[in-house]
Amino acid sequence: MSKIKHFIRQSWLLIVCSFLFGLLIAVTNAGLSPRIEQNKINKRNRLIGAMLPEAKNFAALDTQIEITLDGGRKEKVEVFKAQSESGQCVGWSFNTSGSGFAGQIELVVAVDANFEKIAGFDVLSSSETPGFGDQIRRDYYRNQFKGAPAEELKLVTIGEPMKIDSQIVGITGATVSSTAVVDILNTFLGGIKAQMKEKGLISDAKQ
Amino acid sequence: MQNNDQRQSGVYRRALLTGLWQENPTFRLLIGMCPPLAVTTAVKPALTMGLSVIFVLICSNVVISLMRGLLKPHLRIIMFTLTIATFVTICDLYLKAYQPAMSEILGAYVPLIIVNCLIIFRAEACASKSGILVSVLDAVGMGSGFTIALCVLAGIRELLATGRVFDQQVMPAGFVPWLAMQMPVGAFVTLGLLLGLANMVTGKEPD
Repeated sequence: MSKIKHFIRQSWLLIVCSFLFGLLIAVTNAGLSPRIEQNKINKRNRLIGAMLPEAKNFAALDTQIEITLDGGRKEKVEVFKAQSESGQCVGWSFNTSGSGFAGQIELVVAVDANFEKIAGFDVLSSSETPGFGDQIRRDYYRNQFKGAPAEELKLVTIGEPMKIDSQIVGITGATVSSTAVVDILNTFLGGIKAQMKEKGLISDAKQ
Repeated sequence: MQNNDQRQSGVYRRALLTGLWQENPTFRLLIGMCPPLAVTTAVKPALTMGLSVIFVLICSNVVISLMRGLLKPHLRIIMFTLTIATFVTICDLYLKAYQPAMSEILGAYVPLIIVNCLIIFRAEACASKSGILVSVLDAVGMGSGFTIALCVLAGIRELLATGRVFDQQVMPAGFVPWLAMQMPVGAFVTLGLLLGLANMVTGKEPD
């Protein structure tokens, strides 16, 4: 009994403060979380909106899409359906990630309604070397993906960057970063496409 | 009586001013060195970081000064950490809600203010021994000294790495950006040179 008394006497301040501070954080969080959520949605809409200009609404898919990464690890992917004003499906979008030259690269990718062409990608976060790997954010690299077929992409060192096909011309001096982006896209595009076909979300027939 | 008043105002002035130069946390005390190295690629994030630190420092100093009579010596560090963590979390939520762009650039460095030893040092050295007014003045002084140091470092790095300061073009058109200044090496070199300069100004000789 005296042990408990001793414990309480020593630590009552800590216990009381933990509750008070926890309450303070909870109140702040309750007050700010709608805004934080809204910020996230706005950001996603802005990024995807730039790639799929007709998209007005984004709805998260109910069905779970799961893909297998290189190491055999499974990862859940949240796929968003982009709809035009009239409710027609104009494309799909999802977040992807993989290792770059320095740490993780996170990309948001958009594809067209039939999952046949890539509408584009944008970098959500990366810590690639400024001036070199960082160029994956630049338009001249990203534009190569706009309209490219949503299938196995190939990285080449010499080629025509303006030509839109499954060949992606890498960035000079940033081979690892260029490869990383292509690898991420290949992993996720293939995996998600197969799963979506399986679940009947996109038509299988390729007329 | 008048003598006493003078001494009192001297204490206040000292509490406010020592942090700016005499005991500048970055240039003279060399504590809390993580943000000066990590978030000084541009002035805007550096300023955001500085203001966040000022906010946390003031709040934690006030709370700790208020509870200083109740602190148990062997439980004081955990109380400091608890208090600091609370305000850092609030600050982080606020930035996420109202400054999403800055919050993204600063990333993990905002939550990492919890372990910034400047704040726990002021809690231990000042707030747990002084009245509330002295604690607030000390927090403002130390926080401003820290912010100024961050902005000086960031200003130099941003200018040399991009030719801009505060997103405004400063350098003439022919300027070739020093990309290395944006990388960690730029932070170490700039900080080292500034510390050398500070030692030269104060006439501090190597041992």
